[in-house]
Amino acid sequence: MTLVLNRIDDRLIHGQVVVGWGQPRDIRFIVLVNDDVAASDWEQELYRMGVPPEMTVYFHDVPGALVKLDEYRADPRAGILLTGDIPTMRQLVERGRVTEVNVGGIHSRPGREQRLRYVFLSLDEASELRAMAAAGATVTAQDVPGARPVPLGDLLSGNHT
Amino acid sequence: MNSGETDTPLLPRAVVAGHGEFASGLVSAVEQITGRGAQLVPIAVHGMRLEDIESLLRDRMMAAGVRVIFTDLQAGSCTMAARRLLRGIDGGVLIAGVNLPTLLDFVFAEGSDPVEAARHAAERGRSAIAVHANAPAGATGA
Repeated sequence: MTLVLNRIDDRLIHGQVVVGWGQPRDIRFIVLVNDDVAASDWEQELYRMGVPPEMTVYFHDVPGALVKLDEYRADPRAGILLTGDIPTMRQLVERGRVTEVNVGGIHSRPGREQRLRYVFLSLDEASELRAMAAAGATVTAQDVPGARPVPLGDLLSGNHT
Repeated sequence: MNSGETDTPLLPRAVVAGHGEFASGLVSAVEQITGRGAQLVPIAVHGMRLEDIESLLRDRMMAAGVRVIFTDLQAGSCTMAARRLLRGIDGGVLIAGVNLPTLLDFVFAEGSDPVEAARHAAERGRSAIAVHANAPAGATGA
């Protein structure tokens, strides 16, 4: 197997990731790329406690993830590459050859406009997603495996009903 | 108005938080079975950032004056937010993976310290899961 999902989710490790995707895809490891979490033992322990014993979590900042990505891709287990924001995933696309991006959860805050029930984007964030697509990545929005993937064009145009 | 045996109003002793309407469903069941649902403050979480969930939990706990949190799923965002929140609450406790037997035990321990009652209730809830299976038709056993 390999990294079967490259997901942007501002809640990082939570039920949809661990259970929703983790169980049907038999996910055995998560590569969590977040500078703040990578710098905090307490944060890492928090997220480790959120996964079942058979699942391993690896924590990296962006440079560290770029060094290890090929190793994770060669892993015989199924894994998820996870970032909490769009700019971080964009770096992994442009410098780490990530070619498919799942927008799994970006929630409401001031300055963002709702695009889907679980996706709210600022204008800058929408531009960053377009840049990922321009760099060659296939970007879709999908919160759980049973949902229909919404292509980026439909996500940004509002044509997704 | 609660339908329990006491005439004094039941004060909140804990919050219950979870995905969708999980919390209100559980609290509704507690109320129906015991009349003591008012001890529990249900919090529904729909599509919120972790920071906003933490803020919501903090506000509800402060308003209710409680330091016990029950959440639905160990890996869930409510649990993650609650763990962050508890760093700032001396003596607080989080019980993740709550079920109905846990809450029933908790609400009947009115005379106990809520934190100790929550710990006891967690053990009760853990042991309350049972499997009842009929043998397949025609099975004769070994």
